[in-house]
Amino acid sequence: MPIYLYILRRVLFAIPVLLGITLVAFVISNAVPADPMLANLGQRSISNPTIVENFRREWGLDQPAPVQYVVYLSNLLRGNLGMSIKSRRPVLEDLQAYFPATIELATSSIVLALVVGVGAGVISAVWRNHPIDFVARFISLIGVSAPVFWLAIIFLVIFYSRLGWAPGPGRLDVRLSPPPYYTGFYTIDSALAGQWNTFWNAVGHLVLPSLVLASYSTGVITRVTRSAMLEVLSQDYVRTARSKGLRERAVILTHAFSNARLPIVTIIGLSYSTLLTGAVLTETIFAWPGIGRYVFRASTSLDFPAIMGSSLVIAFVFVVMNLLVDVLYYLLDPRIRAA
Amino acid sequence: MRNLFRWLVRNPFTLMGVIVVLLWTVGAITAHWIAPYDPLAQNVSNRLQAPNAEHIWGTDQLGRDIYSRVLYGGRISLPAGLIAVFFATVIGSLIGATAGYAGGLWDELLMRLTEIFMAFPTIILAMAISAALGPSIVNAMIALVVVSWPSYARIMRGLVISEKVHEYVVASHAMGASHLRILLRAILPNCLSSIIVVATLDFGNAILLFAGLSFLGLGPEPASPEWGRMVSTGIDFFDQWWMSIFPGLAMFTVVMAFNFIGDGIRDLADPHTAKR
Repeated sequence: MPIYLYILRRVLFAIPVLLGITLVAFVISNAVPADPMLANLGQRSISNPTIVENFRREWGLDQPAPVQYVVYLSNLLRGNLGMSIKSRRPVLEDLQAYFPATIELATSSIVLALVVGVGAGVISAVWRNHPIDFVARFISLIGVSAPVFWLAIIFLVIFYSRLGWAPGPGRLDVRLSPPPYYTGFYTIDSALAGQWNTFWNAVGHLVLPSLVLASYSTGVITRVTRSAMLEVLSQDYVRTARSKGLRERAVILTHAFSNARLPIVTIIGLSYSTLLTGAVLTETIFAWPGIGRYVFRASTSLDFPAIMGSSLVIAFVFVVMNLLVDVLYYLLDPRIRAA
Repeated sequence: MRNLFRWLVRNPFTLMGVIVVLLWTVGAITAHWIAPYDPLAQNVSNRLQAPNAEHIWGTDQLGRDIYSRVLYGGRISLPAGLIAVFFATVIGSLIGATAGYAGGLWDELLMRLTEIFMAFPTIILAMAISAALGPSIVNAMIALVVVSWPSYARIMRGLVISEKVHEYVVASHAMGASHLRILLRAILPNCLSSIIVVATLDFGNAILLFAGLSFLGLGPEPASPEWGRMVSTGIDFFDQWWMSIFPGLAMFTVVMAFNFIGDGIRDLADPHTAKR
């Protein structure tokens, strides 16, 4: 199957998933809270009959449930995710303001996790039972075992409070103003504007939260890479490659690693979910103005439209991620192309 | 039993994991004998004390003894994580295995269902479920199962697909074995070691996610000595580091111990990797 057909097929299959997600979100936001009006409008607005009437009409609440779902879908398609009770702004606007900060943090974390995790995993498998293997395994175990918010507190106490090496919470020092808005990524925006002072400050602020957020994913990727490599290294064709005199480097990188890539790609796709899960806790502690902290605040103030709107948007990002993993599978595994 | 003991002695990390888990389990079970204080007893005149001879891990903002609370905390976190992972593994593996083995429409259907659940960010879906059902320990566990089964389904499906093309499967098919027999007797045993490793890894995950839900106020009631809840209370008391460090340490050591055990089980279940 040629690649464009494969991608088209995957995109077509993604549509029912997206519909399923909206259905789940619809059920949770409409059927589940005891009083959906109260959940969506908040304590103050519900005493105002005009607001209640407008809300009823906007979401078709006087109609039967299937019609409500269609109204809900058409609202979604127009980008209407409802109004946040807390910020009193459309949820979509809030998300546009908060999402870049999260993507910046998540991207630097996944890059960190990928480079360190895959590297450590391969080294650890090749030097199995060597002291280097034990060190890598031990560190990856700390990564998967330590609660994210606990690590965050330890890092802040040591590197910020006691040693003063790392800057405090937030994306920039308070004395600096944010760079002009191009992408919403402070590092890229400040570099584009040539504000190197701001750039290095933003990078410095990224270090601790990225380390904390990446800790779990790094551990998992190391472990999966190690066990996938061990599995492959024991295969007969690897022994054949060695016995016909190939250099060890070629055996490991070309022969073994190419076949260990599939489980690694899967776990990286899964890691993205862990990253966003961790973001709720990491961003809260580091006062990082991202979507995780937004959701956390929404959940403490029972801001239901904000919670459901954010989870919908993140869920859509996930579907796109899964699509990318499928395409990578296609590119990496000739058996899928043949099927 | 003697073989198990000999095996443990040869695998010091696994042995360490077993010992740590046993210590916390025994500590949790016997907490009402060995804990020096009542975990709920407030003593405001003793509030925010640093670790000392009377309170070896210090006291919290209400003067409650942290060490006693951490011991009692094992009664909540340990069973909650274990039970949630067990149900998630069984449900997820069954769904994934049948999807991978049957293929076709059934596979597509189950995998789309899996993707719908996986598409939701774990903690937010768990939050929505526990919020919907009302905050309690059991509902937090249900939320854990609902968010964890899809990864087992996906991994199991991948394992079964890569396993079912092997010659031995074709051979047993040719010998006239039924689909159920091939799946249960031939394929699943070869997938078991991987899924057990994932499950042991996930046990830690479950404890951490459970703690995350508590952090958001969606787990056990506020006063209860749950580890995650204690850590999040400590965040407001940054200078009193012991308030969050010690409950976190309990979680960390338990999760790490289970990871050691997971590694050991992997080597045991798959002698192929162990002998090298």
